[in-house]
Amino acid sequence: MRRRGISKLKLVAIYIFLILFTAATLYPVVRVFSISLRPGNRLLSTSLRIIPDGATFEAYRRLFTETDFLRWMLNSLIVSLAVTLTGVIFASAAGYIFSKYRFIGKKVGLTALLTTQMFPATMLLLPMYIMISKLGLINSYLGLIVVYLATVLPFCIWQMKGYYDTIPDSLHEAAIIDGCSHFQAFYKVILPLAAPALVITALFSFMGSWSEYIVAAVILQDQSMFTLPLGLKMFQANMSTDWGLYAAGSVIVSIPVVVLFIILSKWLVSGLTLGSVKG
Amino acid sequence: MKPNQKDVEATRFKYLFLLPALILIFAVVIYPFIYNIVISLSNMSMSHFHDWQIVGFRQYAKVFSEPIFYSVLGKTVVWTIVNVFFHVVIGVFLAVLLNRYLPGKGIFRTLLIIPWAMPQYITALTWRGMFNYEYGAINLILSRLLHLPMVQWLKNPTDAFAACILTNIWLGFPFMMVIAYGGLQSIPKELYEVADVDGASGWQKFWKITVPHLRPVMIPAIVLGVIWTFNNLNVIWLVSNGGEPSDKTHILVSYVYKAAFNLYRYGYAAALSMVIFFILLLFGINFIRKTRATEGAY
Repeated sequence: MRRRGISKLKLVAIYIFLILFTAATLYPVVRVFSISLRPGNRLLSTSLRIIPDGATFEAYRRLFTETDFLRWMLNSLIVSLAVTLTGVIFASAAGYIFSKYRFIGKKVGLTALLTTQMFPATMLLLPMYIMISKLGLINSYLGLIVVYLATVLPFCIWQMKGYYDTIPDSLHEAAIIDGCSHFQAFYKVILPLAAPALVITALFSFMGSWSEYIVAAVILQDQSMFTLPLGLKMFQANMSTDWGLYAAGSVIVSIPVVVLFIILSKWLVSGLTLGSVKG
Repeated sequence: MKPNQKDVEATRFKYLFLLPALILIFAVVIYPFIYNIVISLSNMSMSHFHDWQIVGFRQYAKVFSEPIFYSVLGKTVVWTIVNVFFHVVIGVFLAVLLNRYLPGKGIFRTLLIIPWAMPQYITALTWRGMFNYEYGAINLILSRLLHLPMVQWLKNPTDAFAACILTNIWLGFPFMMVIAYGGLQSIPKELYEVADVDGASGWQKFWKITVPHLRPVMIPAIVLGVIWTFNNLNVIWLVSNGGEPSDKTHILVSYVYKAAFNLYRYGYAAALSMVIFFILLLFGINFIRKTRATEGAY
């Protein structure tokens, strides 16, 4: 701590700046919340008040009773859980081999996985869209899950590999000398130690699929198959009537994600910097 | 067990564990990638969806011969540089402020991460609402609180592009702040104490101690930031509602998305995707070479 040389005045100035800056930063979030509380006849008001006149939870009630919001939430959950489960299972296995074993093409493989992060969104989406539509999988969960896996899997493998790298080789080597098979050494010794990485990889791939709009807009066309982002976008497009529904939906969808993200941000950053140091 | 048997088991385990993931990656990444190359060499479009044929490099020639490619590329470069510049400047500035003795700084740090934590599409759609001419918060604040003229944010190409940039600056600075904060914490405090003894000014300390120590942490973050921003389809697409007004607010990725999924120019879009990919790849390779070179100099 550098306490020396900082006058009281300077400290006060810093606080004032930080408070103003934080308030300005949070304003859009506060604004959504405030719109979600507006009564239906005052959606298009020019008021800047945070708690609007006649504040009501009407929009939230309508969201759950009069719209397909719950159906969209179910769709989002199914797709995101499937992507997460598949991603984590495959990445925890492949990441382990990439971290602890030697094989031909290992370096090329890791570089190739990293290179996929430079693909523009349409690079895999367009060919997959054409394949999916030829297979008749447009408007299906499976179609969307497959595209999401393509984006999530390389990142998950890197993330898992980075974490396995921090576990000393002596652990699984000792287990094997003691008579464990390679699989037992992985399953009984290493995997429990990698639990934090599993949780973080799972949550990030879940949140990625949960908040994805661009791909879903291409694959899903039937309103009953919509995921949450498509549904909320539909409300937003009709600003005069559904603006309150959009705001209420956004608040509900964002809160769990934001809370999780803040808790996890520390690990994500260490994972990223770790990856860059080792890569 | 003899060591020989162990080796056999190790090999078998290795490939058994790797194979499923490799097959999956082949199916969802490599095969589509190759297919994209094939499409980029074909005349595939809405009208030639089933009866497409290979036409060689005609689509690539089209990409480079149309003037719109260069104007969109120019916008993409402006978009990337402006965004990443502000992300880094705001992020490092806040990190430096927060890295001193400041009771309650944890609260600020947590609150300032929120723009990063919000789902991007919600951020973009919300800002689009805030840029609405009559009812949007931005114009209301401009006219009522600051007594400035209202701006036709989403109707005028330049202002619409500025609106996209403002939105993206908002959601991008916390990442740089968090990275810079982590970097600052690893700088030994003694360095500053020695500088104090030598009578260095705050500005001198910033340039001679903070900046050189932050560089190795910030450079990978900036590279990631450049790639993410260059490829950020969400913000442009949702704030400008697909390039409005009249396709004047596109960056390369939104332009190619529109070519593929609104105009069904599949061959052209696939070729353009390849071009964008190579631009980023060249940037990446060049960067790795440069940093390796500077590493040697230290």
